[in-house]
Amino acid sequence: MMQQGEYDMKTGAGLIACPRCDALHVEEELPVGVTARCIRCGGVLARPRAGAFTQIIALAITTMVLVIAAVFFPFLEISRMGLGHGTSLFGVAMAFSDGFLAPLVVVILGAVIGLPALRAALLVYTLLPLARGRPPYAHAVRAFRLSEQMKPWSMAEIFIIGTAVAMVKVGGLATISFGPAFWAFIALVFVSVANRSFMCSTTIWDAIEDAGARTDGREMVQSA
Amino acid sequence: MSDFLTDGAGTDAPVHNADAFPAPDHADQAILTAHRASLLGCRSCGRVWPEDHRTCERCGAALVPPDRRGLQAVWAWLLAGMVFYVPANLLPMMRTSSLGGLGGGGDATIIGGVIQLAGHGDWFIALVVFAASVMVPIGKFIAIIWLALVAGKPATVGAAHTRLHIYEVVEFIGRWSMIDVFVVAILSALVQLGFVVSIKPGPAAVSFALSVAFTMLAAQSFDPRLIWRGLPLHRRKE
Ligand SMILES: [Zn+2]
Ligand SMILES: [Zn+2]
Repeated sequence: MMQQGEYDMKTGAGLIACPRCDALHVEEELPVGVTARCIRCGGVLARPRAGAFTQIIALAITTMVLVIAAVFFPFLEISRMGLGHGTSLFGVAMAFSDGFLAPLVVVILGAVIGLPALRAALLVYTLLPLARGRPPYAHAVRAFRLSEQMKPWSMAEIFIIGTAVAMVKVGGLATISFGPAFWAFIALVFVSVANRSFMCSTTIWDAIEDAGARTDGREMVQSA
Repeated sequence: MSDFLTDGAGTDAPVHNADAFPAPDHADQAILTAHRASLLGCRSCGRVWPEDHRTCERCGAALVPPDRRGLQAVWAWLLAGMVFYVPANLLPMMRTSSLGGLGGGGDATIIGGVIQLAGHGDWFIALVVFAASVMVPIGKFIAIIWLALVAGKPATVGAAHTRLHIYEVVEFIGRWSMIDVFVVAILSALVQLGFVVSIKPGPAAVSFALSVAFTMLAAQSFDPRLIWRGLPLHRRKE
């Protein structure tokens, strides 16, 4: 364990390097509400927020509920001359399911449903014990790293814009009504945007350590 | 971590600076980087390790030095992305057919689809699709090529900031190109049963999705720390 402000230029202990420009900073436990920016490139290094973990957990659980709703309820309904036809998200993916298009089924289901749900589950797993002041669960480090790696590949919000474009394309041919799953997805977009503003990876890494995960023995303790 | 280190005044000893979060825009020669200090920073969590470390002991990420050799992965993914972008434009994105061949039908490429939309007067949507499937991918190719070419080459502080901004834009915007693939998927599913026409995704949908994914990987494997490697250690006397 290290005291605040202590650092070692030989081993790098007590230092932080900006991931975007490599500038070295002395690590400090930041008070809640402060944003630490990189001296060189101006990127955010840490931004601890009061109650952020509880909010992230709440939003992640909401995400899971919404994804389940989005899968099982009809997504869009189309009717033309009295003939109605509803489709679920699985219907959307299955449209690709024959032959060489099969990989797209995996991509679309993964990007739109799988990854957002899995990411939410991993975040809950990582943060739930931390928010309650308990030591993190086993493999919390691996779980959080996985969730960080999945971030760019979960595309629920892009799917929604895609739906809007598709609506315009079909617009002239038939009447389209949105099913409950569509509204679940709209909600999902807002939840994911809100989640992004609460997430501060550095703070979560610090918290995982501070809560007692067996890592590298370099966590900062507040000097008395 | 509000303090930062300087290596100014010719000394090697890092200096604490009480100025908490100063503007990032001042002279670069005062800034000590992990590389200049013979250390290696973790790009996933920020922790700093001795140069010979290969994995970060806190988060488990691989430690990679900010080195132009890392650009090989960028070039490889970018090439794959560009190769798949060619069939994505030449092959049909969407196959429309009507029963008995009535009412016309046929294959539409990405550009064909945009022209159809514009022809129906849906200018705004046509523009969205055109931007997402043509302008953004091509702009991304050019931006990544340029970033990889100038990475580590001499630069001014201002130029480095511009490059970092371009990198951030490329990183943010990459995922949005997937939109056209989703549009085709939704259309196909919608129209499957309820219509006399049938819409099926064409082979271009697959190669387009692959092209977007590979370009995202190219952007992810670009190390933004290289942008700053080209800054001179000491500013020339004016
Ligand atoms: Zn920086
Ligand atoms: Zn790390």
